[in-house]
Amino acid sequence: MPVKDENKADFRPLIVAFCCNWCSYAGADLAGTSRLNYPADVKVIRVPCSCRVNPLFILRAFQRGADGVIIAGCHPGDCHYTSGNYYARRRMTLLFSMLDYLGIERERTRVEWISAAEGAKFAATMSEFTQAVTELGENKRLGDIRCKEYLNS
Amino acid sequence: MQRISELIRTRAGELLESGAADQILGWENGGLAYDPTPAFFTADNVAGLVYNSFCGINLSKYLIEKTKGKESGKVAALLKPCDTYSFNQLLCEHRIDRDKVYVVGVGCSGMLDVEKLKARGFKGIKGIDEKDGRLTVHTLYGDKSCPKREVLMERCISCKGGGHVACDEVVGEELTPDAAGNRFAGVEKLESLSPDDRFDFWRGELSRCIRCNACRNACPACSCNKCVFDNSRSGMAAKANSDDFEQNMFHIIRAFHVAGRCTDCGECSRVCPQGIPLHLLNRKLIKDVNELYGDYQAGAAPDSRSPLISYTQGDAEPDVIYERGGAR
Repeated sequence: MPVKDENKADFRPLIVAFCCNWCSYAGADLAGTSRLNYPADVKVIRVPCSCRVNPLFILRAFQRGADGVIIAGCHPGDCHYTSGNYYARRRMTLLFSMLDYLGIERERTRVEWISAAEGAKFAATMSEFTQAVTELGENKRLGDIRCKEYLNS
Repeated sequence: MQRISELIRTRAGELLESGAADQILGWENGGLAYDPTPAFFTADNVAGLVYNSFCGINLSKYLIEKTKGKESGKVAALLKPCDTYSFNQLLCEHRIDRDKVYVVGVGCSGMLDVEKLKARGFKGIKGIDEKDGRLTVHTLYGDKSCPKREVLMERCISCKGGGHVACDEVVGEELTPDAAGNRFAGVEKLESLSPDDRFDFWRGELSRCIRCNACRNACPACSCNKCVFDNSRSGMAAKANSDDFEQNMFHIIRAFHVAGRCTDCGECSRVCPQGIPLHLLNRKLIKDVNELYGDYQAGAAPDSRSPLISYTQGDAEPDVIYERGGAR
């Protein structure tokens, strides 16, 4: 079994990005077609709307080895379903506050509003977030050891 | 209290006799003097109805099952002021058929935390008497006495006050506990710690969890027909938490799921056999909701709308929790 290098310089985080189908996912697409670079550590998961993201999705992502989770949705007011991102905003604010209260690094979670026209913003946000999580290091506080062994084997 | 207990028993008898109620939901004596048990009474056993300062159990949740179906009759439920908040919240969520319930409000001057009595060395409790804020505890080893305010339950120390928010009648008079604590004091203390200290604190507390699910089962807000933790595919149904993650996950989801609906009745902490201060998680969410979306008391009115199912265009961005800085 390969031993994971604990050296921070070599640490590559696993970032899960939940992207709304109508804005951010199209933004990611635009970043790609515009040949903008963003780290390959970001794994995009397409969701119908940012409010589709259940708090359990975020915890599950952390459990299965994610070091950072970012939720990207339409700008407030631009939701394809009129109001989904407003609900997501309240929900995620409370959830992140809760994680912070439990002593889990708050820098590991983020919400960003990225429209379909903001390919450059998508690439910049993902690079910046990946950088921030890399500096934090491995997610040790909200991970599942069993899942980590599985990932390393 | 003895007198109020008498009054309630008499009134319950009248309600059953007049046909205003087919059943009474109240408390009967449990195996020990300090554990009254929820029970349904009819004319046959209504003599066993008791009400004293150990009746902390919130009875509102029992009404969900009881009012289901066409055949169920009318139930008269004895509710303390803080139980009526839970009752209202359940009405809000259409979990209780209001027409089948007759709410009898009972006054409450604060409920006792038996763990606090035991911690004072009061063993072998046989009964209690109270007068002018002083409690006399009859034990196997003689009578002991202490101020009532020192042995109140956590929820009663910061009582919501203000009497019943939903009831058809009040038996006896409205009472208020002799306590005025800041209910967010515990949360603020934790917030002032560093993230590492908070993490250590919660590891210490949550690692004691045995996943008995008592907090979930006792909570009036946690009343889904299908619970995510009962889903056999969740990988964590009906078993003890196997690691840090599962402890965190259970408690984060449990607390978050009742965000905006928790009336702060404190049942979760009361029933926890491990003494985990679960109310600190719920109160954190209540505090955040109050600070970010305006003061909100779940269950204050039967038509109130939870902050999590509404929004305003100018809501704070999630970054607000970073901006609030420090350990908050």
